[in-house]
Amino acid sequence: MENVISVNGLVKSFGRTRALDGLDLEVRRGEVHGFLGPNGAGKSTAIRVLLGLLKADSGTATLFGGDPWRDAVSLHRRLAYVPGDVTLWPNLTGGEVIELLGRLRGGLDTKRRDELIARFELDPRKKGRTYSKGNRQKVALVAALASDAELLVLDEPTSGLDPLMESVFQACVNEESGAGRTVLLSSHILAEAEALCDRVSIIRAGRTVESGTLADLRHLTRTSIHAELAGSPNGIGALAGVHDLVVDGDRVRFQVDNAELDTVLRALTTVGVRGLTSQPPTLEELFLRHYQKEEVPA
Amino acid sequence: MTGTWQLFRLALRRDRVVLPLWTILLGLFPGLVASSFASLYPDPAELASFAASMSNPSLTAVYGPIWSPDLGGLTAWRSSIVLLIVCLATAFTVIRHTRAEEEQGRRELLGSTVVGRTAGLASALLVALLAAVVVGGLTALGTAAAGADGTGSFALGLQYFLACLLFAAIAAVLAQVAQGARTARWIVGAVLTGSFLLRMVGDAGGDLNSPLSWISPIGFLQRIRPFADERWWPAAVALVVAAALAAVAYRLNARRDLDAGLIAPRPGPARAPRSLLSPLGLAWRLQRTTLFGWLVGYAVLGLFLGSATDAASDAVRESPDLADAIGRVGTGASIADMVIATGMAIIGIGAAGQGVQAALRARGEESALRAEPLLAASVGRLRWAGSHLLFAFAGPALGLLVAGVFLGAGYGASADEGAGAIGRVLGAAAVQIPAVWLTVAIVVLLFGLLPRLTTLGWAVLAFFLLLGQLGAILQLSQWALDLSPFTHLPSLPGGEVTATPLVWLVALAAALTAAGLTGFRRRDIASGG
Repeated sequence: MENVISVNGLVKSFGRTRALDGLDLEVRRGEVHGFLGPNGAGKSTAIRVLLGLLKADSGTATLFGGDPWRDAVSLHRRLAYVPGDVTLWPNLTGGEVIELLGRLRGGLDTKRRDELIARFELDPRKKGRTYSKGNRQKVALVAALASDAELLVLDEPTSGLDPLMESVFQACVNEESGAGRTVLLSSHILAEAEALCDRVSIIRAGRTVESGTLADLRHLTRTSIHAELAGSPNGIGALAGVHDLVVDGDRVRFQVDNAELDTVLRALTTVGVRGLTSQPPTLEELFLRHYQKEEVPA
Repeated sequence: MTGTWQLFRLALRRDRVVLPLWTILLGLFPGLVASSFASLYPDPAELASFAASMSNPSLTAVYGPIWSPDLGGLTAWRSSIVLLIVCLATAFTVIRHTRAEEEQGRRELLGSTVVGRTAGLASALLVALLAAVVVGGLTALGTAAAGADGTGSFALGLQYFLACLLFAAIAAVLAQVAQGARTARWIVGAVLTGSFLLRMVGDAGGDLNSPLSWISPIGFLQRIRPFADERWWPAAVALVVAAALAAVAYRLNARRDLDAGLIAPRPGPARAPRSLLSPLGLAWRLQRTTLFGWLVGYAVLGLFLGSATDAASDAVRESPDLADAIGRVGTGASIADMVIATGMAIIGIGAAGQGVQAALRARGEESALRAEPLLAASVGRLRWAGSHLLFAFAGPALGLLVAGVFLGAGYGASADEGAGAIGRVLGAAAVQIPAVWLTVAIVVLLFGLLPRLTTLGWAVLAFFLLLGQLGAILQLSQWALDLSPFTHLPSLPGGEVTATPLVWLVALAAALTAAGLTGFRRRDIASGG
């Protein structure tokens, strides 16, 4: 499959701070790719390098097979960008900004624009300085979603949206993805990434720590099990791969490494199972594990 | 007013470099001018004859009258340009710590803490008061130390102190009325220009009690008459007016909502006109109000100066002593030509200010992260920067031509010289353009190579202004004077024009602009964090 974005060993420093420290990222054509990490992990810096706004110190980055720094102008005709911190011109209305950005990207679908304005409940007649953060973000989102771009680069696009608008946003991204567009979605809202993304890359301190489909990532981790047993759960704690066991009479609660899932379930059925719920790890758990793991010096 | 003291300390911390720099440097200026005069003309008789030679209408129009022909009087007269800069600097300081803070959303953050709603205004005025004390105090001490009369030095210091307070109070009111810091700064600039113009026209006629000079805040303060039988009541009046304006600002501040001005925002169009849909269209939209403001300013200033010129040269013709004195100093050019040339030199600096302002707009857009969405669309960096720089280069050139036409027309009409005057005056305006462009090019160079220091463009402009106005008096050597591009311009109308310096200035401006733009293409775009 062709890569829309591929980044290898990207390094970018600001003075003494190393914002990107060997970042890798692959976004395939047609996928929604989650770019996850906490504040300050380097997500926005990486996106700005991909947009040719910042020049990388070393490493390679290609966008549609081109050089994002050298070919910025021609590449930008094929993408639309929503910055994390949307600032508008104080004396231009939202409607004017949407049209301006659409035109400068090379095209705006006016029918889709009107539909999006209605769906996001945006008043396009207000001046930039009078919009709230969420409404500024809506302006940028409408401009990006109504463009004909092949690639949408969205940098924490929902941080100011309320839950209703968040669901409108998710529906829109699904439509775009269905229409064959590629989306790079940077976020620290894991539920959003979980709902939207085909694949994710988790970054920390400017470096990619994990990348793959959610299923891939889950495979490497643990499932949490709640079970009500027919007898005493003796010996379960001693099985390989069982963690954080809590025993409450006949009930048990624990986490199990996915590799050992089969063995542990067999042990449970030997005792006799009356009730069982199993939950795949949430992205949140994946995320926390990565950060906790890295915080302890190896 | 809870929290005023903490906000005051925060403001001092933020301004820890800029505030000492301008208060001390500008405060020291009158003293430097005084000691320079003292060493140039040690004999009071020499001072008096120098004063007589300087008492011509064109210089009176620019600097105001010489109230007394001695060391102090000449110092007060010659430093009056510094007074204008001091007013502007104090006003900008107040706006920076009030409306600009509010516009950036920082006041909101502080407002949620234990800080009273008027604390921001109160702390900004305290900073202005401190600046006023430093400037006024240094002026008085410096002038007295150079050997000028003690009471007069005190009065001169008081004049500077009150000018600071008055413009701080005006700025405080405007910061409440205008919703944007830019608008507030713009109106302060207009008020200052207006008071300068009123005083200029009032004084140019030779009547020391012209009502025009009295209603100008600057002219009013100069009528404290330091070193010439001082009058104290204007000082008291100025103090009362400043206090009243500050009180008005408090009332407005206490009543209005955060972020609100007196003018409520109206809804605008939901669709963009076609003319907006390009980088140049956007730059035009962002810069046009400012451009029109400048053009109106040039036209008014040109008309004023043009129609005052003939009256001024008549005054000289009727006074043989004055004509004789000027003949000794002058280059043989006619009086009217001298007046026009002096005026054009000031307008030229103004035009450079316009250029610097327009060029800084590019950096302002970038720092506010408003360049990012355009550069992330398919707009090349040169196209984006060029759309703003067009206003920085063509704007002042257009402005100078407007000034030339209106000055020529005003002069031609009052002196019965007709349309022929326009051509001569237009030439005088046009020769300013290369120096203006070089000043703008320095800003472009900073923008491309040292973007964080781009605002130093204002310091460069102030440096050129001071070199031109005070360089000769401070006995700076020729190489120092040559640092300012304005030194190399021919004195027109009436002077000789040689192409070489003009060509060099334009070539240098082109080279610096090219270097700046090359740097801009290669550097990172500001990313805010």
